[in-house]
Amino acid sequence: MGQVIYSRPVISGQAEGNLLVSSEPLSFWGGYDQHSGEIIDRRHHLSGQNASGRILALPFTRGSSTTTTILVEAVRAGVAPAALISTGVDKFLALAAILANELYGHMLPVVALQADEFKELTSGMHAIICHDGTITLKTS
Amino acid sequence: MAFELTVAEQALLDGKDGPAQQTAMSIVAQIAEVQGASKLLEITQAHIDATVYVGDAGLEFAERLAAQGAKVAVPSTLNVGAIDVHHWHEWAVPPEWASKALRQMQAYESMGTTPTWTCAPYQTVHRPKYGQHIAWGESNAALFANSVIGARTECYPDMLDICCAIIGRVPATGLHLRANRAGNLLLQLIEIPREVQEDDTFFTLLGYIMGRTAGNNIPVVEGLLTEPDDDSLKALAATSGSSGGIPMFHIIGVTPEAPTRETAFQGQSPEEILDITMEELRHAWDELTTADGAHLDMVVLGSPHLSIGEIKRLISMTEGKHAHPDVQFLVTTSRAVAHLAEQSGAMERLRTFGAKVTVDTCILTTPMLPEDVKVLMTNAGKFAYYIPGLLSRNVVFGGMEDCVRSAIEGRVHLEDRLWGK
Repeated sequence: MGQVIYSRPVISGQAEGNLLVSSEPLSFWGGYDQHSGEIIDRRHHLSGQNASGRILALPFTRGSSTTTTILVEAVRAGVAPAALISTGVDKFLALAAILANELYGHMLPVVALQADEFKELTSGMHAIICHDGTITLKTS
Repeated sequence: MAFELTVAEQALLDGKDGPAQQTAMSIVAQIAEVQGASKLLEITQAHIDATVYVGDAGLEFAERLAAQGAKVAVPSTLNVGAIDVHHWHEWAVPPEWASKALRQMQAYESMGTTPTWTCAPYQTVHRPKYGQHIAWGESNAALFANSVIGARTECYPDMLDICCAIIGRVPATGLHLRANRAGNLLLQLIEIPREVQEDDTFFTLLGYIMGRTAGNNIPVVEGLLTEPDDDSLKALAATSGSSGGIPMFHIIGVTPEAPTRETAFQGQSPEEILDITMEELRHAWDELTTADGAHLDMVVLGSPHLSIGEIKRLISMTEGKHAHPDVQFLVTTSRAVAHLAEQSGAMERLRTFGAKVTVDTCILTTPMLPEDVKVLMTNAGKFAYYIPGLLSRNVVFGGMEDCVRSAIEGRVHLEDRLWGK
């Protein structure tokens, strides 16, 4: 067993994957390539990383109101993250998950952590998210 | 407090008013619960940002609602589309893209909306009033409405904006509630001379810093020596909404909810105080520029869309001059402003200078730029922020005069001016 932390499920669901973590917020519009899953904000420190199929952890989204659309487009194209972790409820992420389910029956779990728990996440860790928000972390 | 629907809202959710209302109500109710709202609030108007075609998911959503007979319940303006409807074929826009962009624009027009096609709806006759609850998408518009006008809106994500417009309601949460509008971060301008504060780049640079440093706090700016006009505050809102995710901002003595420091913080003390000095401003200028050297292919002005005032200012600089043949000069604005500019003769003067004008959209939302345009120069913080990531091109930031001078000379020419650059 790895380390277990308890998050608040914003949009419940199950997911498993490697973490991609940033302490810096991201706008998906201009920041996330909806055709590949690459982080394309050249001023962001995750620039060049690919988030498709990974569990993407960001404190919150910033800027553009088109963030939701880009995430839904990425779901449709099959290059969305497997799940999203933020600090507090991020309405752009939550809405994308609601729409992904409404339009495509796709489950995109979104969970929220306290800021101090968020700091325990590091890129490359393997994570399993359960419906109740339990996150099991393993250092791979 | 549990989330509760009124009888009328429950009827919408049950589909009594048709499938579009049902879909919209279902989505709004789900997000309201997620956000912990206890009820919905009625709104007076909406601004729809979901109009831009960025891919087939957004188009399918729009056409599904339109096919269900969706109609907005409140006056609703439209943000930019993904093409200039009447001029897209003059640029590099692929016809297949144009066709989908147009379908998405037509879907939203069919819902009884007002086709303003602009990201600066606050500079139209549809400008909301202080204290009104509205549902505005588009980060710069929501920031301006909240901060400068004192209307109450969240920065509505695309697709939620149209759902709120269709049911005429929003979740009672976030900036709709007075307590959530209090400033908590004090930004003090330290030894920034009046000449610098009067320079047309100042509010863009301040906006960049505000977005970068304030996180999701509500910053309060203190120490302003000037009285900014709408266009300056527009630059501030748009740039801070690009470089960061602040919900709104206050400026003591300028914005309506900040006549005093105490009012801006609603009687509380700032949680944090940050200083902004000339050094941060210089650093912001450097960060907004990614290009090296003096090579220049295009100057682009108008994010958010230029106002008639900005166009007048521009023609005072271009009068009797011509842009260099190797540099394209593009202005993006709204149909309404373009019409005014046409009638006043300003448009003809811009054309004489060598400028082209694009309406309904902008370079960030339509694939209009030819391949050979590699380096762009702009006075818009929002363009400067997004051009490298969205368009994979390099950018130079400068003031409007820097942009005009560089276009005439055919190469980037930034004056040292006040910045010691």
